[in-house]
Amino acid sequence: MTTEITIELDINGRSETLTLDPRVTLLDALREHLGLTGTKKGCDQGQCGACTVHVDGARVLSCLTLAAQAAGRPVTTIEGLSAPGGELHPVQAAFLEHDAFQCGYCTPGQIMSAVACIREGHAGSDEEIREYMAGNLCRCGAYPHIVAAVRQAAEMAS
Amino acid sequence: MKAPDFDYVRVRSLDEALAALAAHGEGARILAGGQSLVPALNLRLLAPEILVDIGGIADLSGIALADGTIRIGAMTRHADLERSPEIARHVPLLARAVREIGHPAIRNRGTIGGSLAHADPASELPACVLALEARIVARGPSGERTIAASDFFRGLYETALGPDEILVRIEIPAAAAGERFAFHELARRHGDYAMAGIAALARDTGAATLRIAYFGIGSRPMLAAGAAAALRDHGASEAGAAAAVRALGADLEPQSDLQASAALRMHLAGVLLRRALKDLFPDAAGGREEEIA
Ligand SMILES: Cc1cc2nc3c(=O)[nH]c(=O)nc-3n(C[C@H](O)[C@H](O)[C@H](O)COP(=O)(O)OP(=O)(O)OC[C@H]3O[C@@H](n4cnc5c(N)ncnc54)[C@H](O)[C@@H]3O)c2cc1C
Ligand code: FES
Ligand code: FES
Repeated sequence: MTTEITIELDINGRSETLTLDPRVTLLDALREHLGLTGTKKGCDQGQCGACTVHVDGARVLSCLTLAAQAAGRPVTTIEGLSAPGGELHPVQAAFLEHDAFQCGYCTPGQIMSAVACIREGHAGSDEEIREYMAGNLCRCGAYPHIVAAVRQAAEMAS
Repeated sequence: MKAPDFDYVRVRSLDEALAALAAHGEGARILAGGQSLVPALNLRLLAPEILVDIGGIADLSGIALADGTIRIGAMTRHADLERSPEIARHVPLLARAVREIGHPAIRNRGTIGGSLAHADPASELPACVLALEARIVARGPSGERTIAASDFFRGLYETALGPDEILVRIEIPAAAAGERFAFHELARRHGDYAMAGIAALARDTGAATLRIAYFGIGSRPMLAAGAAAALRDHGASEAGAAAAVRALGADLEPQSDLQASAALRMHLAGVLLRRALKDLFPDAAGGREEEIA
């Protein structure tokens, strides 16, 4: 039998103490234990990017990160990108403006990945954006609009 | 939750990690970046009793140059290699290869130690450390030992590491003046594991020190010693290249899988070799591009 562990997670600036089975991934901790369902589960295998969040400011796949591995490190999810009721993050606004989605399932992951992509300095051209956003799949094929949104947000940030 | 039951311990030091391995024997597994281990657990390919998370051991990561050798801690992330000016300058082959590993989010967590210990035959870094004549340093109950990269990879996901050992760092001779490398891989989609790939290194301007390593071909990364010998004997001329491609037949043991047949892989190995020779010896005729089809 597995021994449960108690961990402290720092999610969007809030400290959360959880007692969990050690098998729980960061993705399941967010969705099932903290009610933060903005982060999506597409494949649970690292193949689609729908579960992308930031840990220590870097984009990671929450489905391939155990909750325990994120203990004590700042985690940002789509819910934490802008203050509730406040202004949208520029990347969120650019996604809206460019209609960079259809069903929206991949969108939180795309946006978290795009924010990191711009911060890493990998959004200099459409080609570079496509390369560095390639881990985020969109079943609806909204890619051209996603690239346009990321491009605009990157230009605004520079 | 899909993974089988396991316990979890986050250790703070190597000694603590070694003690956990000693206490649990084969039932323990090191958790580094988790980018191969977590999917394997979720698919229930493995059922360890306990995961020993080494992510909190600070002195396992980092890149340092001393006495002409680059030392890379096992927990150094792929993204750290990608961004490191030391790696770009002193081990440019690694800087080039690491960009082909998965996608940025995977590179932010995956580690060089994990990649080598996991020994996926389609992985880029194992072939690179073969070409680079790297030394792999492991720590076990009786202290450290150094394993030549050419003795490290034993078979499919199999290495020279014992169950009570931890890979602690990789040591690579820094690039000499005039050193050149070539790196190519063929994958159906960019970012996927390679169907076939090559990492080659010449420590000087001639073919005398050439080392050619392949990944994605057989059950483990392999050095093509016969092909390198043919190029030493004949030079990087068209005759040398043709002899080298012929020698691959004895050097490699290509395997068939859903992605490619053994015969296709053998053909691709020749194509990759010619591409590599074109990069390494641009003035010689041996790099003639061959049609893939
Ligand atoms: C979608 C996807 C695509 C990928 N594409 C590629 C690709 O194209 N090329 C590629 O090379 N890789 C690819 N990877 C794998 C990635 O590179 C992994 O990071 C790497 O293979 C394992 O490193 P890790 O640190 O994540 O190790 P983990 O997953 O934590 O561990 C892997 C194995 O190594 C053992 N181990 C780890 N560290 C040590 C150590 N220091 N000492 C002893 N044993 C240790 C573990 O016990 C485990 O058995 C991909 C992964 C995903 C999810
Ligand atoms: S759910 Fe994590 S990558 Fe698909
Ligand atoms: S908008 Fe539907 S998957 Fe991307």
